[in-house]
Amino acid sequence: MNEASIKQASGDAAERNAMTGTIRVLVAKLGLDGHDRGAKVVARILRDAGMEVVYTGLYKSPDEVVAAAVQEDVDVIGVSLLSGSHVPLFRELGRCLREEKADHIFVVAGGVIPEQDYAALWDSGVDAIVPQEARAELIVTTIRNLIAARGRV
Amino acid sequence: MTVFTPPRPVRRAAYRPSIELVPEILAGNVAAIARMITRAEAGYPEAAPALAEIYRHTGKAHVVGITGVPGAGKSTLVSCLIRAFASEERKVGVVAVDPSSPFSGGAILGDRVRMSEAASSSHAFVRSMATRGHLGGLARSTLQAVDVLDAAGYSPIIIETVGVGQDEVEVVTAAHSIVVLSAPGLGDDIQAIKAGILEIADIHAVSKSDKPEAAATVSALRGMMTLGSERTGSKWTPPVLPVSAVSGERIGELKDAISRHWSHLRESGELAERQRGICRTRILGAAKHLFQRKFDERADEIGEHIQAVVNRDMDPSGAAYLLLGWANEVRAT
Repeated sequence: MNEASIKQASGDAAERNAMTGTIRVLVAKLGLDGHDRGAKVVARILRDAGMEVVYTGLYKSPDEVVAAAVQEDVDVIGVSLLSGSHVPLFRELGRCLREEKADHIFVVAGGVIPEQDYAALWDSGVDAIVPQEARAELIVTTIRNLIAARGRV
Repeated sequence: MTVFTPPRPVRRAAYRPSIELVPEILAGNVAAIARMITRAEAGYPEAAPALAEIYRHTGKAHVVGITGVPGAGKSTLVSCLIRAFASEERKVGVVAVDPSSPFSGGAILGDRVRMSEAASSSHAFVRSMATRGHLGGLARSTLQAVDVLDAAGYSPIIIETVGVGQDEVEVVTAAHSIVVLSAPGLGDDIQAIKAGILEIADIHAVSKSDKPEAAATVSALRGMMTLGSERTGSKWTPPVLPVSAVSGERIGELKDAISRHWSHLRESGELAERQRGICRTRILGAAKHLFQRKFDERADEIGEHIQAVVNRDMDPSGAAYLLLGWANEVRAT
């Protein structure tokens, strides 16, 4: 850990931030699903890509997640779901976001989501689905591209 | 394996001018408050007039700082305090600071994990903030976030510092009342008479009082108090309160002590003195920040000065005087 590498890293961050602002992501686990190893790994990947990650912990309801996302003014809600109840939970999450007029916030879904459910998730307002096998840097670029396309709010 | 995206264009959103957000903030709109804090953090020049306008509406809130070592239980305690104050129908604001990575600039802000239940109360606004390279226990824009919450009618506003070591005492010039949270089992009574963080407390709280080691920490702190307080001239004696989030023990007492300290500050006239101290530090902090920015922006001009110092034509302090435009002033040693 020398000063040059710290400077280099913060310089890169500054350059990236000029394009999108500092990206803030809320990482959440929805519903009855106690496995958050994956969520923590993703949080760490995003942190190492220079993003600020608000981690909310386990067993959240969609309205709690949306309330937290509004207060934290995040750009993205990342939800990891392994429980199989993704269709109703994302539908409710999308409804809460519209109700709070917070549809500038992108929703990225990860975890175990069978392909036949993708259409239902797109209808609920999900903006990207990250399968378990997705490469780490793809998660990062997906988020950056979404925000660059949306513009600053 | 790829990332899947939907068969529709990416949503776009418009940037709303900051000045338009001000009336909504004054009316307590949560989304507007949150957005203005983001812009203060980013340091957008566009937001500066709005923040100046917001500042005119501040000065009503009781600002409480909570500090302590990592893992002491600050977030858990804040969660208990949110509930205690919200039960009095008060709107509680929280700014919780966590460190940014010096390498990537990123951060994991985990304070909400301990606050989830309390934070979803309609009486609470909780904001996580990364230090973004600022040292001392706070972020550069922590107090601007406090301003926004103050103008929106929140009081008390609790600042939770990063987990601090022994010397990060910046919060003392940011808040009206300082709660120092000590965890049991982390040292003997010599730790309690050292200089630094323990000296800044208006209230000492000892966390995890359900554990047997807590009694020794409480008595070490009480012993320290009998040796006298550094904040001379004040009639306030910092109480030492063991608290437990598990059992809820004495959370109410802590809340009452915080309120009592606020009354004491106002009735004794010490509040005016603290407020002057806070404003003084904020002006100096803003000036330092502006200078740093100019320093980074004007690389060419500064490059000449650097070369002059490298060549031994000028000493570093002389170059600093020149840069500040103070060349004609008598130089201190």
